[in-house]
Amino acid sequence: MIELTETNAAGIAAAFVRSRTQAGSPAMGMVMTLVIVVDEDAAHDALRAARLAAREHPARVLAVILGDARGRARVNAQVAIGDDWTGENAMIRLHGEVVKHPESVVLPLLLPDSPVTVWWPTDAPSDPAADPLGALAQRRITDAAAATKSKTKALQTQCASYTKGNTDLAWTRITPWRALLAAALDQQPLKVRRASVTGERISPSADLLAAWLNDRLRVPVDRRNSAGPGITEVVLDTAEGPIRIARTDGRLASFSSPDRPDRPVALRRRDLPDLLAEELRHLDEDDVYQATAKRLLKREQKA
Amino acid sequence: MVLFGVTGDLSRKKVMPAIYDLANRGLLPAGFSLVGFARRDWADEDFAQIVHDSVRQHSRTEFREEVWRQLAEGFRFVPGDFDDDAAFGNLRRTIEELDESRGTQGNHAFYLAIPPTFFGAVAAQLKEHGLARPEPGQWRRVVVEKPFGHDLASARALNDILGEVFESGSIFRIDHYLGKETVQNILAMRFANNLFEPVWNGNYVDHVQITMAEDVGIGGRAGYYDGVGAARDVIQNHLMQLMALVAMEEPTSFDAESLRVEKLKVLASVVLPKRLDLHTARGQYTAGWAGGEQVIGFCEEEGIGKTSATETYAAVKLGIDTRRWAGVPFYLRTGKRLGRRVTEVAIVFKKAPHQPFSATSTEELGNNAIVIRVQPDEGMTIRFGSKVPGTAMEIRDVNMDFAYGSSFTEASPEAYERLILDVLLGDPPLFPRHEEVELSWQILDPILDHWAKKGRPDAYPSGGWGPTSADAMLARDGRVWRRP
Repeated sequence: MIELTETNAAGIAAAFVRSRTQAGSPAMGMVMTLVIVVDEDAAHDALRAARLAAREHPARVLAVILGDARGRARVNAQVAIGDDWTGENAMIRLHGEVVKHPESVVLPLLLPDSPVTVWWPTDAPSDPAADPLGALAQRRITDAAAATKSKTKALQTQCASYTKGNTDLAWTRITPWRALLAAALDQQPLKVRRASVTGERISPSADLLAAWLNDRLRVPVDRRNSAGPGITEVVLDTAEGPIRIARTDGRLASFSSPDRPDRPVALRRRDLPDLLAEELRHLDEDDVYQATAKRLLKREQKA
Repeated sequence: MVLFGVTGDLSRKKVMPAIYDLANRGLLPAGFSLVGFARRDWADEDFAQIVHDSVRQHSRTEFREEVWRQLAEGFRFVPGDFDDDAAFGNLRRTIEELDESRGTQGNHAFYLAIPPTFFGAVAAQLKEHGLARPEPGQWRRVVVEKPFGHDLASARALNDILGEVFESGSIFRIDHYLGKETVQNILAMRFANNLFEPVWNGNYVDHVQITMAEDVGIGGRAGYYDGVGAARDVIQNHLMQLMALVAMEEPTSFDAESLRVEKLKVLASVVLPKRLDLHTARGQYTAGWAGGEQVIGFCEEEGIGKTSATETYAAVKLGIDTRRWAGVPFYLRTGKRLGRRVTEVAIVFKKAPHQPFSATSTEELGNNAIVIRVQPDEGMTIRFGSKVPGTAMEIRDVNMDFAYGSSFTEASPEAYERLILDVLLGDPPLFPRHEEVELSWQILDPILDHWAKKGRPDAYPSGGWGPTSADAMLARDGRVWRRP
């Protein structure tokens, strides 16, 4: 690892080249730049997730830690290659006035002509696309469930500022649920009259799932509360009886449908590296998420 | 070798260290001697000290005392002005003494690391004191640095001054870019391989982007830069030469004459767009944040007027009317205070005529490209589509990378080392001849005239990728600049 104090973007870029040469392979095989905007406390976990996701998507990972914006501008960095990482990573700490201009440090470090993804593991700007760092990226990943401030409003804020390229990990979390529900109706094309989603009181994923069902099925969808963890039950009400997926322990779900025996389904709550790796697979616009986000806002207005 | 202008940046940072590095690699001929000429009251030892300091500070190879001592024995210093007859008489005696004592055998190179306004005076003095004409079996060479003039007329005038004194084959115009490993590798890649030649033409190539970006501002070069600007400073020489090497036909051999003939053909086939206002762009950097540091704008730099119309960013679209390249635009751009320091040539290919995949599968797939990185970390990248791992069929761009410097040797010879060596060997394949210089000016002059009539350049923020007018220029053709 190369430690740099009071450096600049050119210094960090040179350190990347140096460590590549030291690692024995000067060539780069990375497919994207992943910028993580994070505070000191959450940095460790975020980098761990990025490291695991980088196994699938070799990336240059730039963790940007925004410090106190007062005082003299300082840029410190730790640059590392190898050591269980597939790509390269730098932890960049900004202090002083440069905190207001983080894009000036990040822009020169973006891989040539490759996609850029920005990820806010905890609190995200209310309009990620307008954020100076977010504006550099094709893909902006927020995580409403991990917000530390105004938790209840976090998802709504993100849905309201949705624009092409935005996505939220709350949405990624429900991919297996959506797959299961879609498959259920594929196997038994029954007419759904009403639906309900039960989950923790503050669960952006449950809200999104309800909005998604509402948007796709065009039927009323109730959002009910439980003690969790996460989403505990989804019921699709049909004339032949309910299609129900219940998951009380966050691991194993039981799947029941009319005229069929109950079946256990592995439906584990997904961990961060998994979510991130999935999100990095898609860089094109997510039309379904866009429609769901729009629907969610409509539902909130009615409520 | 006689070095004029020993106190300048160029001498101290590039020429002197390169000489040492060459000596250290054992590539200098025995008896190589260096004579410094400047208006300083120095003895040989003082000069040796200056060289010593610059070598210690800037040389790329390890400092070895024994190499240094052997090299320093051949150091001489001649004080004087360029119009001082006595000083040139002194220079002649010094050189003759070296011919005797070091066995340089009347082979002399004159390195003019001085502003072009002094070329005339120095050349005349060298002629007058019989230093410029070789006896049979000897050679005399003169080395000059860019800028080779500031337009066609001045380039011709400059060439006449030198041509009066030296034969055209012994005038070496240093363009240090052409000494870069990768530039030579362009030739190796294109003409030694069978893989690239079939697609190296307008049937497959959509367009070519040649970029030289610097992250720094003009620094202390206000005196030189103001009134010159990015196009004269970089496009006329470096970028045009790169373009010629990328676009030229296969030379009959790798010798200087054959290369020159091919490069000339390319430069002679260059056509300018009809609407210069739509297909060129220029800009001037403004204050802002670059690379994590607060920086000032061009007009606030010391020695630059508040209303200077000098451009620090220039982009032009050129066509090459040959069977190989007709319809393929070459976009050349250069600028200061851009995102990062990089020089590259990107050959961007056309999209596949048919995709058997769905539109969503290939949504993220761009054009294939071959990128030749000239600096930093010299090498080559090939960009192509690949399936993203996972159950869905998604195709996305990936890179295959080859880094030149470290793949072959720890440190490839620095550009100046190679060029100085080529001067001593009299091997000029990489030096632009005056015909090339003149053709480049002929291409650029109409653009410069057009700009001169159009007021000030567009402002662009420091640390980004140039003015919006440059993006609009490519958008008009349905293309975008690569982020280099």
